[in-house]
Amino acid sequence: MTTQGVIGELKKIVGADNVLTQKEDMVTYSYDAAVLDPVVPSAAVMPENSEQLGQIVKLCSDNKLPITVRGAGTNLSGGTIPSSRASIVLLTGKLNKILEINEADMYAVVQPGVVTATLAAAVEKKGLFYPPDPGSQAVSTIGGNVAENAGGLRGLKYGVTKDYVMGVSFFDSMGEHVKSGSRTVKCATGYNLAGLMVGSEGTLGILDEITLKLIPLPKARKSMVAVYKTIDEASETVAAIISNRIVPATLELLDNFTIRAVEAYSKAGLPIDAGALLLIEVDGHPGQVAEDGLKVEELCKTLGAVDVKVAADDIERDKIWAARRSALSALAKLKPTLVLEDATVPRSKIPAMVKALQEIAIKYKIEIGTFGHAGDGNLHPTILTDKRNKEEWHRVESAIEEIFDRALALGGTLSGEHGTGLAKAPFLAKETGLSSIIFSRRLRKALDPNGILNPGKITGII
Amino acid sequence: MAGMKELANRLKELEEQLVVCIRCGMCQSVCPLFDRTRKEADVARGKLALLDGLGKNLFTDPDGVNTRLNRCLLCGSCAANCPSGVNVVEIFIKARAILAEFKGLSPAKKLIFQKMLSNPETFDQLTKWAGKFQNIFTKKDKNAQGTSCARVVSPLFGDRHFLPMSDTPFRSSSPLINTPAGKSGVKAAFFTGCIIDKLFPRIGQDVVDIFEFHGVGTYIPKGQGCCGIPALASGDMKSFEKLVEYHIELFSQEHFDYLVTACATCTSTIKKLWSSIYKGSGSKIRERVKELSSKTLDINQFLVNKVNISLSQAEDNAESGDIVTYHDPCHLKKSLGVFKEPRLLIKASGGTLVEMEGSDKCCGMGGSFNLYHYELSSEIGQIKSKNIADTNCSTVATGCPACMVQISDMLAKKNLNIKVCHPIELYAKAIRK
Repeated sequence: MTTQGVIGELKKIVGADNVLTQKEDMVTYSYDAAVLDPVVPSAAVMPENSEQLGQIVKLCSDNKLPITVRGAGTNLSGGTIPSSRASIVLLTGKLNKILEINEADMYAVVQPGVVTATLAAAVEKKGLFYPPDPGSQAVSTIGGNVAENAGGLRGLKYGVTKDYVMGVSFFDSMGEHVKSGSRTVKCATGYNLAGLMVGSEGTLGILDEITLKLIPLPKARKSMVAVYKTIDEASETVAAIISNRIVPATLELLDNFTIRAVEAYSKAGLPIDAGALLLIEVDGHPGQVAEDGLKVEELCKTLGAVDVKVAADDIERDKIWAARRSALSALAKLKPTLVLEDATVPRSKIPAMVKALQEIAIKYKIEIGTFGHAGDGNLHPTILTDKRNKEEWHRVESAIEEIFDRALALGGTLSGEHGTGLAKAPFLAKETGLSSIIFSRRLRKALDPNGILNPGKITGII
Repeated sequence: MAGMKELANRLKELEEQLVVCIRCGMCQSVCPLFDRTRKEADVARGKLALLDGLGKNLFTDPDGVNTRLNRCLLCGSCAANCPSGVNVVEIFIKARAILAEFKGLSPAKKLIFQKMLSNPETFDQLTKWAGKFQNIFTKKDKNAQGTSCARVVSPLFGDRHFLPMSDTPFRSSSPLINTPAGKSGVKAAFFTGCIIDKLFPRIGQDVVDIFEFHGVGTYIPKGQGCCGIPALASGDMKSFEKLVEYHIELFSQEHFDYLVTACATCTSTIKKLWSSIYKGSGSKIRERVKELSSKTLDINQFLVNKVNISLSQAEDNAESGDIVTYHDPCHLKKSLGVFKEPRLLIKASGGTLVEMEGSDKCCGMGGSFNLYHYELSSEIGQIKSKNIADTNCSTVATGCPACMVQISDMLAKKNLNIKVCHPIELYAKAIRK
């Protein structure tokens, strides 16, 4: 069938209103949040239920038409950029129902288009907690979070999306419905396909239901901000807190560049001369929170903090986290193009990685603001540039490659939470070796012989 | 289409503002339209990408982009929430002007904006006549909102419940007022705005009475017209600039400390768009526009911050008065950061303020959006009416007469017995007691 023929069939499945084909609409599905070239697809289709979703996959399978699934399109590695002009974008915007929140067994079953923050708020109303909180949680979808193995601020103590996926069901490249995992805490049947689907970026199957683990909401929490003259002292404190067997819920770092950007933007009264800030929150049982809080405060002071401010109430707590939340916004306002990297190292190597980033900024004469999840080794070196300046852009590309090299040399990874997508696919072999890529390609080839599931992502062209 | 290159060139003036968008997509979380349709072309990021594409010659004609660009409430929720600080409303308005100039305005819009709206005297006369004839086609609903609906099925009115035009518009009934500052020590000019003039002259009278009560010198010149937003939203720069210049002249005849309006949209237009969009013919007039913009204030803000109305402890904690809920107009909260002051006035009036869910979510009015996309506008408005009803209030107050029109329609559709008013009406009632 021609592409036009397939589009006609798509309209029969979901109704004409849910199929977009005009060029203007296609242009709006040609990009995501990654700084990459756009690719305009042939059509975008918005199924309203699982049945329609399955029929769409089967139709595309029969006609060898590639599919790229798109939730909120906030991807930072290009995973939602269409593969070619002859492909369709599958929108999960109307598959946005929370199907079940089970308080007794502490799990939730959701459709892939449910917005992360919507789910988090719904379970919190019942005294439960869904911890993964990627920066884009106000718009990002659970389907996208699973497909990218999204992280967030609470990774250190609570883990990331993969730690909460109990089960999934999905359509494979032939349109067959596949189920894996269970609503039980333990499940030892079959391959762990749910695990395989996490981080697969739409290349192995298309999710239609996800079962997520929930945990009790912590009873108490305490936040503090520690001010350092040098970023080295701050990063040493991070290592010391962990080696003292304290696991804060969040342990975030802001470097001087970021502090000044946030202060210029929010006028929150941050110390602009500080080399770095650590923002720390401990949570759990009230007794333990009090004890851990005191210990962390002491450690900060011992390791050179010139000031430690503990939030006395929720208002002060919100002020502390507002500074962190506005970091990306504040940096984004400085230059037209912002490249948000997420090369990650073992947490003990944070001081070395911070030093490497400072050297790279000087070497390539570029501006890098560094903030992020110091507690889990996942920093966000944020490069500020203007892509229209070709000469500078070239230096930025070289700097990114060196950030990758330095992180790998420290035993780290190219991406802590943003995924491989298109942006990191060319560098993947550096981290995993060629045989891992060949293995992954064989896996893909076996499961998707016609190569219709988000071609080009992760493993390159198969 | 011929001239697409030229259009691309004209859009170059927006380039520096367009590159600010980093495509993060956070606008999806607050866009009232995207919330309903889930389509990328309905949210700011998609529209900005389309303008970018138009500037890069990606399209063979501008109509598709134009249609999508106009499907927007201009509520500014996206801009208020944008991590990179993209000035979305200003970009969209400038783009609409560029596209309107390129394509030419429709004959109907030309007639309405250039022959009627931009000539205040003609406009007032025409609407006055229309007001006299409205009862032939419409009948009163007899409800708390005081709306009317069509007598017979009519494509003009649809199933709208609209507020009828007043028999005596404010501008024609109110004489020229020019009084010196009294005990407050300040003098304010009052920009009436069209909706207050034609639908809610009572609010105009309330403002006059409150000013008198607090010893505020008042200046209300005759012959006021429209702030220009309808023309601007349709890309008609000519009519917009004519109206700006007209009012700059009109208000230059007397000295006053502040220009006050009781309409969120007029305030936001004068304060933000007059100074950023008006290009004008000389630097002198631009200076005068900037000066007037900078002393423009919303009425709630003026009374609380310049006349220093404050709350007693008892008023702050009062739980005895009628239950009032407050809807934040986008053009007050998101555009100007005004949200505390109207709440204070409601409490100062003896009302028990009960917050609704999503008080700062757009009501779906969006000016001409309501005319062209009534179904979507109503879908968005019905979320608002449910949130209002859920508070069990007897009155919903809001600082924008356009929101009042929309909310009245939405409540009337559901037969809800809830009054719709401006905070100023509550305050005026309280001081008359």
